[in-house]
Amino acid sequence: MPLLEVRNLTHIYSQGTPFEHVALENVSFSLEKGEFVGIIGHTGSGKSTLIQHLNGLLKPSAGTVLLDGTDLWSSKAFTRQARFRIGLVFQYPEYQLFEETCYADIAFGPKNMKLPREEIDRRVRKAAALVGLTDEQLRASPFDLSGGQKRRVAIAGVIAMEPEILILDEPTAGLDPAGREEILGNILDYRRQNKATIVMVSHSMDDVARMADRLLVMNESHLAMDGTPEAVFRRADELMQMGLDIPTVTRVFSVLREKGLDVPTVYTMEQAIAALTGDAPC
Amino acid sequence: MLKDITLGQFFPGNSFLHRLDPRTKLLCVLVYIVALFVAANWLSYGLCLLFLIAAIAVSHIRPKAFLNGMRPMIFLLCMTAILNLFFTQGETVLVHFWVITLTLEGVYRAFFMLMRILMLITSTFLLTYTTSPIALTDGLESLLGPLKALHAPVHELSMMMCIALRFIPTLIEETDKIMSAQKARGADFESGSLIERAKALIPVLVPLFISAFRRAGELATAMECRCYHGGEGRTKMKLLRYHRCDFLGFGVTFALIAGVGVLRAFGW
Repeated sequence: MPLLEVRNLTHIYSQGTPFEHVALENVSFSLEKGEFVGIIGHTGSGKSTLIQHLNGLLKPSAGTVLLDGTDLWSSKAFTRQARFRIGLVFQYPEYQLFEETCYADIAFGPKNMKLPREEIDRRVRKAAALVGLTDEQLRASPFDLSGGQKRRVAIAGVIAMEPEILILDEPTAGLDPAGREEILGNILDYRRQNKATIVMVSHSMDDVARMADRLLVMNESHLAMDGTPEAVFRRADELMQMGLDIPTVTRVFSVLREKGLDVPTVYTMEQAIAALTGDAPC
Repeated sequence: MLKDITLGQFFPGNSFLHRLDPRTKLLCVLVYIVALFVAANWLSYGLCLLFLIAAIAVSHIRPKAFLNGMRPMIFLLCMTAILNLFFTQGETVLVHFWVITLTLEGVYRAFFMLMRILMLITSTFLLTYTTSPIALTDGLESLLGPLKALHAPVHELSMMMCIALRFIPTLIEETDKIMSAQKARGADFESGSLIERAKALIPVLVPLFISAFRRAGELATAMECRCYHGGEGRTKMKLLRYHRCDFLGFGVTFALIAGVGVLRAFGW
């Protein structure tokens, strides 16, 4: 049985008004334990709507979302429980910080889980250590931190609930390159430490090619592709038509090939380095 | 959810009402409200109702939108009906029980009051549903223009109103987003005692205020960048002009108030 299964999911916003808008249509897929799934698609393709269904924030207009085989909406208690097991980090999560100290903000989720005080403390410190916050920063007000640090506090707030599935909506949007690398590293660390499933929405083809085991491609409210990064990026023409792209190294290597150099198709920097330094003739 | 609030919402369209000058609509609503208060009998109420139904029909707006907008008013409507029902002095007593007296006059009065408030609210809904906020403030500024001679800050007031209206949907969307984010962290807004629920709003209100202030600052900077310096010497790209349909609108509305006035004068 898959960990999370989405069956024929359809979502219509403002149903029955002139603003009616179909955001998702008949989307089906499932997530296995420990997978790293990237979701790509241009703006307005339904990515954000989709991920809000995965932890029971939005109720499907039709179709079901099953966690361990149970419908997320089968009971109120189960929906709430599911939100602790499936952590969702929104876009620009730093705008949701509200507590006086970073510590209290990170503790908000675990507190809502009604955990004992020692357990809350353990989780807050663990999550803070994972994203690299010092004790001094934990005592500071989140509003005194820099943008990248605020973002890490917000992500720690979700990680502290120790969800089995961590969903992130463009976690690196608006950050500088160093900040982006740190956040992506934090996500991989969390996956390794907790054997968690990760779902990441991203506009960076380079990031998803490098990190994800599997890619979901959303286009015009539909799930257009579902496969390994290799399988998805092989269909470069279709991706371009959807307003998407292929990783930079893939493009560089295909230009090299056009110029007559005998190089293989690669999707990540590691593959590219291996191809150039290894047995590949060049 | 919050998004379903229709109060003060604008439904884009191209109906007769949409094409009317905002000043026409503002004045007509004002005249219509006066007519509602002048109306004193079945026939004049019927005229007002007929006028409203005709206006809704030509607006091409689904009647359901009005019902949805009415939802937050239910308490007020019920209170008005109950107060009028039981506290109207009258001669024809229908039911007398302990301290409660129900008179025929009370029933009539409650019914008329209810109708009056319903029609009043619906007519103002019709105004905001068919007029974009910008057109509305433009119209208001133009109508209040004469007050400028008295040094009243008409332009500033209408600009503030315009900005406030513009930001209602933005702030609602923002609230929705923040609530979702806090719900994802296990916040519970739907259960618990009144105090618990009020406390549950803190994680929403703090980020909401911070973002409202941030937006206000950004907007001020953006306006400065475009050399905004108040209304003095500012010209408009789209000038308001009355067209033939506006005269039709005025004509029908004035016919209504004249009719209601005549009916009242003759005491029918």
